[in-house]
Amino acid sequence: METILAALPYLLEGLQVTIYIFLIAIILGFMIGMIMALLRLAPIKVLNWISRIFVDAIRGTPFLVQLFFIYFGLNSLPWISFDSTTAGIITVAINAGAYFSEIIRAGIQSIDKGQTEAARSIGLTSVQTMRFIILPQAFRRMLPTITNQSIISLKDTSLLSIIGIADLTQQGEIQASATFEAFKIWLTVGVIYFVIIYCLSLLANFLERRFELR
Amino acid sequence: MSIIQVKNLQKSFGHIEVLKDINVEIQEKEVLCVIGPSGSGKSTFLRCLNRLEDISGGHVIVNGHDITDSKININKVRQEVGMVFQQFNLFPHKTVLQNITLGPIKIRSIDKSNAESRAMELLAKVGLKEKAHSYPGELSGGQKQRVAIARALAMDPKIMLFDEPTSALDPEMVGDVLDVMKQLAKEGMTMVVVTHEMGFAREVGDRVIFMDGGYIVEENKPEELFGNPQHERTKAFLSKIL
Repeated sequence: METILAALPYLLEGLQVTIYIFLIAIILGFMIGMIMALLRLAPIKVLNWISRIFVDAIRGTPFLVQLFFIYFGLNSLPWISFDSTTAGIITVAINAGAYFSEIIRAGIQSIDKGQTEAARSIGLTSVQTMRFIILPQAFRRMLPTITNQSIISLKDTSLLSIIGIADLTQQGEIQASATFEAFKIWLTVGVIYFVIIYCLSLLANFLERRFELR
Repeated sequence: MSIIQVKNLQKSFGHIEVLKDINVEIQEKEVLCVIGPSGSGKSTFLRCLNRLEDISGGHVIVNGHDITDSKININKVRQEVGMVFQQFNLFPHKTVLQNITLGPIKIRSIDKSNAESRAMELLAKVGLKEKAHSYPGELSGGQKQRVAIARALAMDPKIMLFDEPTSALDPEMVGDVLDVMKQLAKEGMTMVVVTHEMGFAREVGDRVIFMDGGYIVEENKPEELFGNPQHERTKAFLSKIL
């Protein structure tokens, strides 16, 4: 117990980094996903292709390879330079963005065409229809899948420890080797992740009930 | 002066030509009923009148605007043309009142309280004042359709299009919806009604069009068309359903 208590401040410091990166990355990721989904559904072929290529490229490669490509690969170019945290945020955001894009696209397409027709027949523009009619309904349907992807992305941040980001996993590694108490430390790290993710699911449940489909 | 002019209207889906050569004029305050077997193109014809379907050929002039002109602001034209759908298409995430006030508030920039009091008048007209704060999911089919009519009327349209408005309703609900439509007709609304309700077409229609195979086969006053159909196909169709 003392080992855990002694390590806890460091682990919580790591947790802060994890949450910080997660929050920024998930918001960016959602924006990327939204843009890519709208490009995919736009009535212009070139835009559809841009979105498809992006989604296929991200879905078709492992997260770790994406991380290494961005941190080591892009960083090796003479005119690009960013730190590991930035690289981590970009990778998680882009990765989540690709999956969000598919979730959002499917959500939008799941809304009955009659909704669009009714909105357009009143005289709403396509943008107004998307904003007031389609997205609010689609978002409710997407919530469970969005939650799921967010949880996956949160767990993906643990891989960022590999490029030296001092997140929860990294702090766990440091503490485990410093204390020689791998069992206790990794159990604690696991519990912390679990608690955070559980809180995330509770939040999602709350939102789902709040915006219940009628 | 006709409020809608349709000239040589054609509509294809891929290689399938659904509307072949439609010519018709609709006068202001006229109630035009469109009947015909399924697949005859009558719904497609109606949906071309506010360009919910892209028009493949010909001209459709609504209220002086040629909506086949790609430069026209179709949203403006649609504000003048209300539409009621077979499947109601109410917005399920909004209350009845919000369904009705959405257009006036977002498009006409009418302030909320004015839009709401107007919406309440319309709800009273369709007999659903007490449902203002319900959600569409809590209404019966007939109630939904009357809300949909109120929603279309909230934009103060010059023309109302009805796409089989009673076809998805339980029989006992049909009367309520038809009553609202009759009232509208009496008030002088220009209406185009695609319908299987021959009783309605006969009683309320000023003119009836019989469509088949992408053409208007016959067009006449209801008593003539129903009482003394000229074409074989019209006779065959009417003998099956009357």
